[in-house]
Amino acid sequence: MTVLELLGSMGKVTPGDLIPILQEVQNQYGYLPQGVLLEISEHTIIPASRIYGVATFYEQFHLEPRGKHIIKCCRGTACHVRGGSTLIKDIKNELGIDEGETTEDLQFTFETVACLGTCALAPVMMVDDKYYGKMDAKKVKTLIAELRSAVKETA
Amino acid sequence: MEKLKSLSDFFSQHKALVDQTDPNKPMIVVCGGTGCIALGAVSVHQAFKEAIQRLGLTDEVTLKSTGCHGFCEKGPAVVIHPDRFFYPGVTPEDVTEILERTVMAGEAIERLAYIDPASGKKITYEYDVPFYAGQERNVFQYNGKIDPVDIEDYISHGGYCGFAKVLDEYKPEEVIETVIKAGLRGRGGGGFPVGLKWKFCHEAEGDKKYIICNADEGDPGAFMDRSLLEGTPHSVMEGMLIAGYAIGASTGIIYVRAEYPLAVSNTAKAIELARKVNLLGGNILGSGFSFDIEIRQGAGAFVCGEETALIESIEGQRGMPRPRPPFPAVAGYHGRPTNINNVETFANVPLIINKGADWYSSIGTEKSTGTKIFALAGTVANTGLVEVPMGATLRHIVFDIGGGIPDGKKFKAAQLGGPSGGCLPTQHLDCEIDYDSLQSIGAMMGSGGLIVMDETNCMVDVAKYFLQFVQAESCGKCTPCRIGTREMLDMLEKICDGKGQPGDLEELEKLANDVNSASLCGLGQTAPNPVLSTLKNFRAEYEAHINDKRCPAGACEALLTYFILETCVGCGACVRVCPVNAIEGDKKQRHIIEPGLCIKCGQCFNICKFNAVSKDGKEHAAI
Repeated sequence: MTVLELLGSMGKVTPGDLIPILQEVQNQYGYLPQGVLLEISEHTIIPASRIYGVATFYEQFHLEPRGKHIIKCCRGTACHVRGGSTLIKDIKNELGIDEGETTEDLQFTFETVACLGTCALAPVMMVDDKYYGKMDAKKVKTLIAELRSAVKETA
Repeated sequence: MEKLKSLSDFFSQHKALVDQTDPNKPMIVVCGGTGCIALGAVSVHQAFKEAIQRLGLTDEVTLKSTGCHGFCEKGPAVVIHPDRFFYPGVTPEDVTEILERTVMAGEAIERLAYIDPASGKKITYEYDVPFYAGQERNVFQYNGKIDPVDIEDYISHGGYCGFAKVLDEYKPEEVIETVIKAGLRGRGGGGFPVGLKWKFCHEAEGDKKYIICNADEGDPGAFMDRSLLEGTPHSVMEGMLIAGYAIGASTGIIYVRAEYPLAVSNTAKAIELARKVNLLGGNILGSGFSFDIEIRQGAGAFVCGEETALIESIEGQRGMPRPRPPFPAVAGYHGRPTNINNVETFANVPLIINKGADWYSSIGTEKSTGTKIFALAGTVANTGLVEVPMGATLRHIVFDIGGGIPDGKKFKAAQLGGPSGGCLPTQHLDCEIDYDSLQSIGAMMGSGGLIVMDETNCMVDVAKYFLQFVQAESCGKCTPCRIGTREMLDMLEKICDGKGQPGDLEELEKLANDVNSASLCGLGQTAPNPVLSTLKNFRAEYEAHINDKRCPAGACEALLTYFILETCVGCGACVRVCPVNAIEGDKKQRHIIEPGLCIKCGQCFNICKFNAVSKDGKEHAAI
């Protein structure tokens, strides 16, 4: 889909629609490529500086390519008091990357989020759209091993 | 359902739907909230569907997947109506037996019954489960009863009747008077009187007015708004319609977190259905009143829960708060009068219209009426969503409903109100919780997150945690919040690392008060609350970190030294979990941790069944 087609599919767009536009771009490309943002600026007359400002303000937007699978770990209060910070360390250890980074094979990106709103199952992590609750070091190890072998199978 | 052309159309449709409902027909309700889905509710629902077909019971049994029942700890939860048998933690293997014995024969299955952790007794019926028995579920009444998006199901349970009554009998001013009389206060945090807010917006001049529903539930530890939008989006929309009529608005916007995919999709479906039957759109029910609702998804910024930042975000800008005045009621979205309330607030409105202001204000305390939903989480036996009348005590919520602290540990504090709130110690357990009582003891209602902490949670670490959060979420517009919270965080990190010095606490207090008085918006103004409340209630714990370089709760890593005590039986469990091979020792002999190798991950401490690992490097009973 070209940028023009993408904008066209959204009906009449105004500068007020910048966030939904960026959400749509990210749905399409997985991140916000610089060239696409510049093209949007040209078509919508929203200054590129403003687009950059908005894109960097919100946690949801990413300017770099991301992994095929997104692993999110909650750092909310309920998770924190049930060992969430240890869980974050365990995931980093297993994946061998830091928060906000992507594995070299572009398979996994690891992020932490303020709260996943599933506090009753703390500590919680999420892989793509699936929640995993009441996690511990052992469960993380098994889960990531499973994800890795699933990746190998599809490759 | 056909398009409803008039109010009388609506009322006759409502009557027909009520008449059709057979209250004695067996109904299986599988909780479809995010918590239960994470624990396998989808496959349980599917198994019921297949088994009902296989056993030829399609006409005799209704199967529903409803919104969150609130008891997330015990998911997937299944309730069998009309008797309300309650089965927690159901698996697909259990469904045939449930159908044959409970649904068809009305018999309780003992092995699936809920065991009350406090009494050890098995409990058969949902209303006897202490978690539910201690609650008063008004706003939450539909969760667990209706299919979230099915508009007929909602109407058959009295849904949209409040809105129809308003169109039929009330002038806009009378709606506002009723809400003022009911005493409803904003459930999002500040507790501002809702009717008054509506009145300001009603009186403001403007060619177009807006209603915004704030569903940017960002407080870590709060998830009632998600649950309401997932489980009963129509009641939130009904509240918005009533507000729109009262204020004279024609457009409603629901600003919802993108992190809540189920809430987004259920709300979108509900809007679509309401439009189809003429409960949204132009000339609703032939009344001449027009109102439509659109959804905007947030993009992940906590500060957008602040109403002026939220408006900036909907306008496609960075979500930075505006100075007030002008208040949104006068100049909000696109400079026009805008009324913003949160999800739970709107969901309260139909109740007030249906049952009357007097009924509503008879619940709760004098100045905080109605019920409040709390998200109970942390180290408590029964986590989940709890709706109680305002004025309930902390003890009632944590112990009677929450079942107390698991694993034989002791209650230490309850954190209320998220990053804007405070930590309440044991002495406030009997405090009656409402907006004003909380403020007077240094906490805040916030959106109702209630995190329970036990003796292994360090209050300095908790304060540091909240400041990390606020610091990361500070939008950066005003200096006191951007730099002040950074400085406060640096000091707390120093203290947790054992590098605190005498005088630090006084300095921290001074800075906290400055940030509070000089910040632009609520986020910055309330950011110091977790620090100030822990300093007030747990000062000795701070002093232990600074003066003795010790963390009494055993939580601050830099101050810990893992050490194996004499009571070690040499079982080797710790050796196997240690990720860095820092533990050695012969079988059945006391083991030793090599301090140079230890990375203080705590896995040995967690796995040891003999309490033989201490965290303070000393030979005595383990913490």
